[in-house]
Amino acid sequence: MAAVKVFVPRETTAVSVGANEVAVAIAAEAKRRGADIELARNGSWGACWLEPLVEVQLGDQRIAYANIEPTDVPSLFAAGFLDGGGHDKCIGPVAEIEYLITQERWTFWRCGLVESLSLEDFLAHQGFKALRKAWETGPDAVIDEVTASGLRGRGGAGFPAGIKWRTVADAAGDRKYVACNADEGDSGTFSDRMLMEGDPYGFIESLAIAAFAVGANKAYIYLRSEYPLTRAILSRAIATLRETGWLGSDIQGSGFEFDVELHIGAGSYVCGEETAMLESLEGKKGLVRSKPPLPAISGLFGAPTLVNNVVTLASVPNIVNLGGARYAAMGVNRSKGTLAFQLGGNVKRGGLVERSFGVTLRDIVEGYGGGTASGRPVKAVQVGGPLGAYLSPEELDTPLDYEAFVEIGAMIGHGGIVVFDDTANMAQQARFAMEFCAIESCGKCTPCRIGSTRGVELIDRLIKGEKRDENYDLLVELCDTMEDASLCAMGGMTPYPVRSVLHKFADDFAPRDEA
Amino acid sequence: MSAQTTAQSVAIAEIAGRFGNRPEQLVQILVTVVQERGWVAESDIRQLAGTLNLSRAEVHGVVEYYHDLRTAAPGTHIVRICRAEACQAMGARELEAHAHNAIDDNVTVEAVYCLGNCACAPAVMVNGTTHGRVDAARFDALIRALPEGE
Repeated sequence: MAAVKVFVPRETTAVSVGANEVAVAIAAEAKRRGADIELARNGSWGACWLEPLVEVQLGDQRIAYANIEPTDVPSLFAAGFLDGGGHDKCIGPVAEIEYLITQERWTFWRCGLVESLSLEDFLAHQGFKALRKAWETGPDAVIDEVTASGLRGRGGAGFPAGIKWRTVADAAGDRKYVACNADEGDSGTFSDRMLMEGDPYGFIESLAIAAFAVGANKAYIYLRSEYPLTRAILSRAIATLRETGWLGSDIQGSGFEFDVELHIGAGSYVCGEETAMLESLEGKKGLVRSKPPLPAISGLFGAPTLVNNVVTLASVPNIVNLGGARYAAMGVNRSKGTLAFQLGGNVKRGGLVERSFGVTLRDIVEGYGGGTASGRPVKAVQVGGPLGAYLSPEELDTPLDYEAFVEIGAMIGHGGIVVFDDTANMAQQARFAMEFCAIESCGKCTPCRIGSTRGVELIDRLIKGEKRDENYDLLVELCDTMEDASLCAMGGMTPYPVRSVLHKFADDFAPRDEA
Repeated sequence: MSAQTTAQSVAIAEIAGRFGNRPEQLVQILVTVVQERGWVAESDIRQLAGTLNLSRAEVHGVVEYYHDLRTAAPGTHIVRICRAEACQAMGARELEAHAHNAIDDNVTVEAVYCLGNCACAPAVMVNGTTHGRVDAARFDALIRALPEGE
C-alpha cells in the first residue's frame, strides 16, 4: 500500500500556532506505530482560525482536522485518522469548508492545495503553463491581456497594471528591471506573504512573465525582514529553479534569459512606497523620490522599471491562461477581478478571503469573520492598513470597490480589514496613527516629519480635555496640511484614520475620569 | 588593534565580500552584519565606508535610517512585540506592558509594526520565530523556554 499523504502547512501563521511541532509529532507517532505516511508541507488555505489545519489524503479527498496540537496526535492515530476514522477535531473534507468554497480563488488557487516547495507538484498544477503561453503569444499579447483584464495595482494605489506594463515596454533603454514590492508594510495585511509561502513557484513564474512582457531579464524581490519564513521558502524555490533550468540563461531552450535577486528590507514602512523601495534596492536610505520621472521611465539605477506588488503580479498567470476578459467579467465598476481580503484583529474567523469586488464589508466581517472573537459588538473596522480610515458599524454595507471607498473617505488599499470590539478606545487609535507616522516618516518632507509629532501632541491634549475646541480645530487644520503638502502617502494619508475617529468616535476624546 | 577588533574586522570584510564589495549592496551588507553579529559598531561603519568607497556619512545615514540596524549590542535573546492595529485589537498594549515586567536583562524587547500574523493576534517574534495567539501566559511560557545565556 502506498504511503498515506498527510498535509501540515509550513506557513507563518500555521507555524506561529504550532504547525511545526504538530508535524514533528505526527512523524514520530507514525514511526512508533510503523504507519507508512508521507508528510507534505503545503501553504495555508487561508482559514487561519482553523490552524494548525492537518489534512489526510484519502483517495481524491482531503479530510481536514482543525486546531491540532501536538498532544492531539496520539489520539488522531488511535482514532484511525489515516483511514478516515472519526475524531472530535475532524471537520470533514477540506473541499466542503464553507469559508473556502464560497471564495473565488483566481490568484490564490494553488495556496493550500500544493506542497509549496515541490516543483513536481507545481508542474502537475499548471506550473509554467502561462509562461509557456506567453512565449508563444509574445510580449505584446501578454500586455494586451493584462490591459483587457482591468487589473489594478494591488499594493494599494490601484493604478491600472496594463498601462504601467505598456509604459515600461515602450520606454527606451537596453536595460530594464522588474522590481516586485514584497514589503507588505501595511499592518493588518498578509496576502503577499501567504502567496509567496504557499505558491512560491507560481509567484516566480509571474515575475518571469512580467519580465518577458516588458523586456527585462532581471527581477528584484524586495521582501520585508519581518518575514523570515517567507525568505527561507523563496530562497529554496529560487535555488531549485536555478538547478532545474527555470532561471538563468536560455530558460528551457526558449532563448529567454531571466533571474531574480532577493533583497531583504531593514525595517522601514516607507520602503513600501515604490520610489523609496528603489532607493533601498540601490543600497541607500529609503527616502521618497519626487515624481516625475516615473519609475516606469527612470526607476532602478535609472533604468525603466516595472514596480508591482506581489498579488498584482500573481494575478497575471491566470489572466494569461484564461484571458483578460474572464478576469474583467468579475468585480464591479472600475474594480475588476478579485481581491484577497485579509481579515484580522478581533474577529472570530480571521484569514484570507479572495472574492470579486462588490462584496460588502459586512459580507466579509460578519459572513466570513463571524463577528468579533470576544463576542462583543463591533465598534470599528479599519480597512487598508495604518493609513486607512476607521469605519463605523453603519458603514459595513459599503461594497468593496475602490471608488465606493473613496466616496466615504476611506480606501481599500492592500485589502487588510482589522476588526475592533466595543472595548477599543478610538482616541488611542487616532493617536497611534500619528505616532506611527512620526516613527516611520522618512523625514524628507516637513508636513510628515514635523506634522506627525505635533499631531501626537494635539491628540494627547484632546484626550486630556485641554482647550478642546481650539485643539480640535488645530488638529483638523494640521490634517489638511499633511494631506495637501506631503510628498507621499505616509504623511498624506495619516490624516485619514485620524479624521475618521474625529468624525465618528468623537466621544472617545472626552476627558477621562482619572485625568 | 585588539585581537577582538581584528576578528570583527575580518568578519565584516568577509560579509562585504559576499556581496562583491558593491556599494549598492550596502543595505544587504548591513542587514547581514546585524543578522550575524547582532549590531553595527562605529568601527564597522568606518570599515565599510572604506571598503565600499562611500563616505562615512553615507554609511552612517543608512544605519541610522533603518530600524533593524541596531547600533548597540542586544541581549542574548531578542523579543519583538507587534504593536500594530490587529494586535492592538487583541490586547497587544496589555501584552507589551506585561512583557516589560516579565523579562530579565539578557532579553532585548523591541517593537515591531506587523509580523503579518494578523488573523492570529497578538503576535510576538522570539529570536526570529513568529508566535501567534500570544496571551500573558503563553508569553511567559515562551520566555521560560529560552535557553540560558551563552
